[in-house]
Parts: sequence; C-alpha cells; structure tokens
Amino acid sequence: MSLNVEPGTLRALPSEKPLRLLDNAGHALEGEVTGGFELPDADTLLELYRRMVVARRFDVQVTALTRQGRLATYPSALGEEACEIGAVSAIRPEDWFFPTYRDSVALLTRGIRPADILASFRGEWHNGYDQREHRTAAQATPLATQTLHAVGLAHAARLRGEPIVALTFLGDGATSEGDAHEAFNFGAVWQTPTVFVVLNNQYAISVPLERQTNAATLADKAVGYGMPGYFVDGNDVAAMYAVTKAAVERARTGGGPTLIEGFTYRIEAHTNSDDPSRYRDQREVEHWRRRDPIERLEKYLVSEGVLTESIREEIAAAAEALAAATREAMNEEAELDPLELFDHVYAAERPALREQRDALAAELAARSEGGER
Amino acid sequence: MTTAHETETKTEAAVDAAPAASAGATASAAPVTMAGALNRALHDAMADDDTVVVFGEDIGPLGGVFRVTDGLQAAFGADRAWDAPLAESGIVGTAIGMAVYGLRPVVEMQFDAFSYPAFEQIVSHVAKMRNRTKGRLSLPMVIRIPCAGAIGGVEHHSDSSESYWASTPGLTVMMPSNPADAYSMLREAIAGDDPVIFMEPKSRYWAKDELVLPVRTAPADRAVVVREGTDVTLIGYGPTVRTALEAADAAVDEGLSVEVIDLRSLSPFDDATLDASVRKTGRAAVIHEAAKFGGYGAEVAARITERNFFHLAAPVLRITGFDIPYPSPKLEEHHLPTPDRVLEALASWEWELA
Ligand SMILES: Cc1ncc(C[n+]2csc(CCOP(=O)(O)OP(=O)(O)O)c2C)c(N)n1
Repeated sequence: MSLNVEPGTLRALPSEKPLRLLDNAGHALEGEVTGGFELPDADTLLELYRRMVVARRFDVQVTALTRQGRLATYPSALGEEACEIGAVSAIRPEDWFFPTYRDSVALLTRGIRPADILASFRGEWHNGYDQREHRTAAQATPLATQTLHAVGLAHAARLRGEPIVALTFLGDGATSEGDAHEAFNFGAVWQTPTVFVVLNNQYAISVPLERQTNAATLADKAVGYGMPGYFVDGNDVAAMYAVTKAAVERARTGGGPTLIEGFTYRIEAHTNSDDPSRYRDQREVEHWRRRDPIERLEKYLVSEGVLTESIREEIAAAAEALAAATREAMNEEAELDPLELFDHVYAAERPALREQRDALAAELAARSEGGER
Repeated sequence: MTTAHETETKTEAAVDAAPAASAGATASAAPVTMAGALNRALHDAMADDDTVVVFGEDIGPLGGVFRVTDGLQAAFGADRAWDAPLAESGIVGTAIGMAVYGLRPVVEMQFDAFSYPAFEQIVSHVAKMRNRTKGRLSLPMVIRIPCAGAIGGVEHHSDSSESYWASTPGLTVMMPSNPADAYSMLREAIAGDDPVIFMEPKSRYWAKDELVLPVRTAPADRAVVVREGTDVTLIGYGPTVRTALEAADAAVDEGLSVEVIDLRSLSPFDDATLDASVRKTGRAAVIHEAAKFGGYGAEVAARITERNFFHLAAPVLRITGFDIPYPSPKLEEHHLPTPDRVLEALASWEWELA
C-alpha cells in the first residue's frame, strides 16, 4: 500500500510489513508487498549492483586500514549498502545530499574521491571535499542537525524557483532528537522538496530500537507531520531506489517531503572503538548476514542473465582498483599546514587571530631551526 | 544579487559618505526608537538585496513581539518575511540550509533565553561551517537576539547570554546601544559574509534619538569613545552604555573626568581603541548585566591587563550583575548594575587616587 496522497488528507499508516520488490532469494515480487512500485529496469539494477559492490569493497578496505591505525575512526556501513546506495542513486547530480558520519559509501556514489571522504576520519581536517562541486554537505556528527539544513536548502531552492531536491539521511537513534522532529515538521509545513531517509540499522551505538521508540515503525511518524511515510526493506536496493525515486520526483514537482525508513542492520561495530558483543548476540548478526543486500540483487541479476561472469569480473576488478587506490592514498602522509588553521575562521582577517597565527609561525620556525642543528 | 565584494565596497563608501551619527542630526531630524531603526534597517536591506529573507516566531502579521519586523511581510510578501513554526533549532537550522543555497536569512529568537534550544545549531554548525569546509561554505546569516533585562520580564525573558556566543570562534557578536548604531550595525551584519549574533538590548528598544535614517556610523567592529575623559575609562555595551554615561556625569561632582567607551562589537574585540584610552587614563572598569563569574567582563579585564599592565595605576574592575539566575521583576533593580554601584567601585581606588 503506497501513501501517495495529498497533504492534509493523509490518514493511512505505512504498511506493517516492509515494502519490497525482491525477496531474499532474489525473486521478483508482486502484489501488495510491492506497494505498487515497479522493479527498476535491468540497466539501473546492474548499475546499483556495481555501486554496492564497489562500496562494500571500499568499506571493508577502510575498516582494515582503521585496524592498522591508518585512520583514527571509521563508522562502517557494511550491510547497509542497499539503503545508502539505493536512496542516494535516486537523486540527480544537481540535487543536494546531507549525509551523516556513517554515509561515506554514499559519498563515493556522489563521485567524491576516497582520500577526500577519509580526510576527516584520518584527522586531517573536519571535512575534505568541495561541498558545492559535489552538492553534498559536510558529514554531520551532531545527530539529526543536518536534516534541518536539508529543509532550509530545499526551501531556498523552491523560493528561487529552482527544481532542486534535498536528500538527507539519519539513523534510527537520531529520530529521537528534537532536530529530527523539527525538520519533519518544518518540511511538512513549508512543503519543501526534501526526502528524509531513516537508515534503521536497529542500534544507536548499543541501544536497540525498542528502547528508542514505541512506534510500530519509524515511517509511522510521517503521518503525524502530514507527509507520506514508507516502511521499506532496507536490504532491497530495488525497493529503496524505487521508493526514493518516486519521493524525489514528487518533491521536485511540488508534492512536498517524504519520510522513508529503510529497515536494515549494521553488521560491523558502531565504529572501531565499539564492542558490539556487549549488547547483541552473534546469532543475530549471522541471521542478518544471510540477508545480504548485495547477494540478493546478485541472485536476481544472474537468474535474469543480466549479470554475466565477465561483467562480474569487471566489477570486481574496478572494486579492487578502488581499494588499491584507497590504500595508496592512506599510505601517503598528507601535507598539512598548521598556519591554515587560522585561514577559515572568518571571512575578514581579525587582528587577534593574525597575532596568534604569527606566534605559531614563529614557534614553527624556531622548531625547524632547532631540528636543523 | 550583489557579490560580497560589491557589498563591502558599498558599505565602505557609505561609511565615508555619511556623517557621523552624533553629527548627523539635520534640521529635519525626528525622534527614532531603536526598534524603529532596526525595523528600517531590515526594510532597507530587503529592498536593496532580494536574497535577504526574514523569518522567526510571530514576525509576520504581528511584526514580532517587539515590532522590529513590523510591516516587512506587507512590504515584501510571505516569501521574504514569514512566520516559522515554533522551534528555535528549526529556525536556525533551516536558515543554515538557506544560507548555503545563497540566501541571506535574518532570523529572530524571540527572547534571549529562548535561543538556547538553538544553541547546538549555532555553536556546532553556524560558527564552524566556514572552518570545517575550509572556507568553501560560509554562512551569511544574522541571528537577532533581544537580550538583557530591566523590562520587568518574568523568568527566561531577561538573560544576558553574550559570553556564550562571544567565546565561540567563528561567530561575530554585536550589540548596539542606540538607534543610529542599531541601524548601521544591522545593515553591516546583513551585508557581511560571516554569521552574526546580533544582540538587541530590550531596555533600549524604546529609547529615542533625533535622527535621519538611513545613517552610517563607525564600522561595526570598532569600539567608540562616546565621552572623553582623562582619569578613568568606563567600558559598557548595549544597556550599560547609558549606565556608564550616567555614572560619568555624576562623577564630575567628585572631580573625576571619566571616559566612556561603547564596545559595540563583543567579537571581534577592538583592542586598539581600549588600549589607547587606558594608556591615557591608567584606569579601567567594565560594566555588564550578566553574572560576573566567567562573564564577558573577565575577558575585557584580562585583555586590558595583558596589554597595558605597566600603564595601569589600578586593577581593572568589573561592575556586573550578581552571580545568580536573573531575578523576578520586583527584585531585578537590586541585581542590575547602577550608576551608584559604578561610582562606589571607582571609589575603591581612592587609596591610589589620593
Ligand atoms: C547530538 C548527539 N548526541 C550524541 C552523539 C554521540 N553519538 C554518535 S553516533 C550515536 C548513535 C547514533 O545512532 P543512529 O542514529 O541509530 O545512527 P547509526 O550510528 O546507527 O548509523 C551517538 C549517541 C552525537 N553524535 N550527537
């Protein structure tokens, strides 16, 4: 059952069962469970597959590099690729994306270089890519704060008559934050072209979903704000893509915001400093491993004859190349200029900051002279 | 849309062309309140630049609870001035997205203590956006905050929150004390490319000056000597500039010549103007309504001392509110720094003055 209805007339709740287009065995589904959405065409699915495979390889590589101490921290998205890639693939390059710390693989899909994505996790600078070039905001750490930025940007675009959509991701834990509520409400009241995607990986660090909300689904929350809500199988990239795409097009044509919940699972730890064995059972993890989003699409594409062995090899090679490039980039020590610390605080120079900059410069000069002796 | 560079040039030119506020009164000067001057500044900024938008709680048909946004919606339409849902974090957070997309939002927090729900958006995002994005994104936005007390407000309506903002790198914090500065500084805040916390002392909203608008006063990042003197430098900002001036008048009877400085900009801090004055007088005291402990006056005193220790004849004093939550209206007179308290504090130097 889909909820594509006019604002103000919304009464129905999202379906109780997650909406899906492919089952876990990779069979195309029909009937009510699809919510009236159609399976994307073969080319689109193959491209989504390619993006997920590359993203997975990247994620695994970065997690390994983190264990080797090359990165200070990295929040893995392993197992969540269908949510990340399905949703972010549904917007156009000119649309804006407002990600969180966990959404590095979505940034990859936006065309951002691995080294630039990882600059913040390596501790080089808080953010390493050009926001305007990629129409992608800096990854937000304070939970749910970025959802308001997405509403504001979408509102500004609409005021200027530009058909731009703002997509934003947030976690299940983040839906408890006041800012998430404020963003849903502002977006719905102002009817902004914003699409909210909740990546429900069932844990906020150690806190499980049932301690986070008493709602049957997080998508249910949409109803109270007066916007459509969709409860989607977050391990079905076809469904995530199709539902997000419909929401994006509705937003673009003046239909207002949508809340989409992708129901998925975090396979890895919250970050490298987390110990998930303290709060979840390994059998639960294994259960979800058997619901892998990449394998599901792979089965379908193979059965349809779309994914041939040679294409699979070509994709695997591309993923390996990206992993190698990522390793190489992380092996290089970045050139950091401490004096740049003062360059990006204010537009205009401030005397007090210039004094502090000069003091640091003198200190650095003295240190390098000392080193030469 | 004007570019940042053009805006800067315009502002500079206007500063040069316009007479100083105090000398600016002409034959047709009329009484203007600070609220009126702020309203006119918003109006003129919106007329000059169609990327300027104004939103907040009750700012539309009502014109804001202090009427600072009066008539803006009627003049510019609901796409330029509109009522936001009642949520401060939402107001500031959405303004961030708008600023990223090229608008210049000017948002209102209804009262100082109601800016606290937006604290995270202001401190974590507004202040840091330029820095974390290596200068690729800046946020040309203004957050207007009616501030401080002495209006008989009940709880949460009289806070002085300036030191939270002033100690946050990335924010510019301004507080005008009179209608001319209110107009000029707000125009400058809106035209600038950095986010500005624009604090408006509520007790001065209805204070009137004879004035012809538009007016350009000194650049907003400068402190201004509003009364010359040779014995003591009294430093105030916003509501306490009047306190300082009254104390200076009264001190004449005691044979003291008091110089009064209106700080105007809390961040950046105009060390040069302060240094020059303190080196002349050898003594300084700072007045504010906020609590003394860890308050803004501590920063003022420390800066003056660090830079001018050998020119000082006495320790820098702070005359402030008590270290208590802002009191109820019937008791607030006991909390607020008065000219008498200022004089008393200056008298504590007597052993040295003699
Ligand atoms: C405002 C805020 N409070 C606390 C934190 C610390 N923190 C970081 S991630 C996290 C859990 C978030 O869980 P969820 O929203 O489900 O996203 P996930 O990490 O599972 O993707 C917490 C508590 C934070 N980043 N921001």
